[in-house]
Amino acid sequence: MINRRDSLKALLIGSVGATTLTLGVTGCKEEIEVPLVETNKGYGRITSEIAHDERLEAQGPFFTSVELSLIATLCDLVLPATPTAGSATAAEVPAFIDFIVKDLPYHQIPIQGGLMWINGESNKRYNKIFEDCSSNEQKQILDDIAYPSTEKTQQFDAGRKFFNKFRGLVLTGYYTTKIGIDDLGYVGNRPNLWDGVPPSVLAKHGLDYDENMKGRYINHDSRDTKATWDENGNLLT
Amino acid sequence: MIPARISILTKRINDERGVCFYCGQCNRSCNAYADFSSGSCLIFPAMKSGQIDLFTDCMVKNISTNEEGLATGVSYIDKKDMLEYQMKAKVVVLGASACSSARILLNSKSAQHPNGLGNSSDHVGRYLHDSTGAGLSGFIPALMDRDIYNEDGTGALHVYSPWWGDNKKLNFARGYHIEMWGGLGMPSYGFGKIATDMNKYIGEQVGGYGDKLRNDVKRFYGSTIGIAGRGESIALYDNRCEIDPNTVDKYGIPVLRFNYKWSNQEVNQAKHMVDTFEEIVHNMGGFVIGDKPDKSINYGLLAPGQIIHEVGTTRMGNDPATSVTNKYQQLHDAKNVFVVDAGVFTSQADKNCTWTILALSMRASEYIVDQLKKQNL
Repeated sequence: MINRRDSLKALLIGSVGATTLTLGVTGCKEEIEVPLVETNKGYGRITSEIAHDERLEAQGPFFTSVELSLIATLCDLVLPATPTAGSATAAEVPAFIDFIVKDLPYHQIPIQGGLMWINGESNKRYNKIFEDCSSNEQKQILDDIAYPSTEKTQQFDAGRKFFNKFRGLVLTGYYTTKIGIDDLGYVGNRPNLWDGVPPSVLAKHGLDYDENMKGRYINHDSRDTKATWDENGNLLT
Repeated sequence: MIPARISILTKRINDERGVCFYCGQCNRSCNAYADFSSGSCLIFPAMKSGQIDLFTDCMVKNISTNEEGLATGVSYIDKKDMLEYQMKAKVVVLGASACSSARILLNSKSAQHPNGLGNSSDHVGRYLHDSTGAGLSGFIPALMDRDIYNEDGTGALHVYSPWWGDNKKLNFARGYHIEMWGGLGMPSYGFGKIATDMNKYIGEQVGGYGDKLRNDVKRFYGSTIGIAGRGESIALYDNRCEIDPNTVDKYGIPVLRFNYKWSNQEVNQAKHMVDTFEEIVHNMGGFVIGDKPDKSINYGLLAPGQIIHEVGTTRMGNDPATSVTNKYQQLHDAKNVFVVDAGVFTSQADKNCTWTILALSMRASEYIVDQLKKQNL
């Protein structure tokens, strides 16, 4: 099983290491490719956290292979691939869900029970398990549980409750991966030289930065020059 | 309204500390030492003097005293081997945080200090007070469908509004500041969970999956804001922590129990906060997310301790009958014991205690050095 948390760790170590090596010297704005290394080393975890991670890892998968297969099917119904972005399974969301229910055990029964509910519903309607249903049949079931109730009947409430939680976990799992972050367009938490709100965005609102303030607190050309001050505390360099 | 000032270096100031590279992960501790942290800015430089031995993962149990009632050292538990050790000292300086320093003093009973060390006045643990806190979240439709760009800047930043109100016209003393945040932040656990819920405010379909869901996540990304107030509370004699005689922690050390009730001052302040925040959200053309906290829950006033600005438990003062330390944070009852955390504050501003702790600690440190030179300690 893919150790997703380790991959994330490696990403963080990689990006930070790359920054100290290159940014300070060159002021390079390019994104730096860092090879993923499966390692715990250098990622500030305290002893009890390392022990916690190891304990979870030693448990092996929480879900059965049958459950994981259904999770994968549901994941890709929640977030299928688009022409520009990978699907939830491409982003390893099932592995995330398997991890998170071990990390936060209060998710275990609602998710397991919800998976059973899904198959129970498909058996009732179509006399087969969800994964054997046609895409159309699967969507008919989801259409009954993916939206707030508009009728008095409570027959789908348990399914709705499950799907709401499941959808939340899929969104977290997806948008915390490179695939999801690229799809969203989030561009922070990587080595960069932040230079305020882009001029094009400011212009849309009829705003601009005060010329007198520019470069006063953030000056990328002299950021790495050691500061010296005059006797009144004014920055000289 | 001003951007909050933060202690993050955007320019190199020496060879030991680096410059912010805008990862925005300050709360995980800064690899470049561009943030202010007691480790990188105080402890590491101090250790270079070679005169410091740092004991980590150790928990002080109590301060030992002699027949004259002066401190002779501390007893501590090493968490790694779970054994108790003694350490001798000429001077003991407590900086365990307001409640924990009070706990150590109260657990340091002796024939000379039957009520706990420094506690002849029965003031150790009293006047405990934390900042008030209440807040709201808002959804701002004008922030939907935005251009996506890097809004992180340096980390740890929120917008700050200092207190502006005139207390004469209000039903509570003192005031609070407002912290506001939002933006195109890094997705983390819980991201997107409520994205589709925002549809209810703009009359569109809540829920769904597939392309609609993906579209909702992007449309609503960065359209919610948080607003929180942090205010000054009133120090009260009866709000206190004391030793719970029936309970010890895993190190065998008696724990604290708390008696703390908010007065109407703080409750009225919280009401003023949430009314103000609601007005701000509405004036931005937005909606308060969820229910606005009402009277039944004290207008969302958080429990004491949740803002982690506890102060007051070892208050300083000139009168040994009504205070625990003098103005140099030196115990009235034992001149070689000092308290350098926020326990010595008799009141607090609405803002964080840290800078005042540092300023007072510097003064206390200079006094300790001076007194040692004069052989008064």
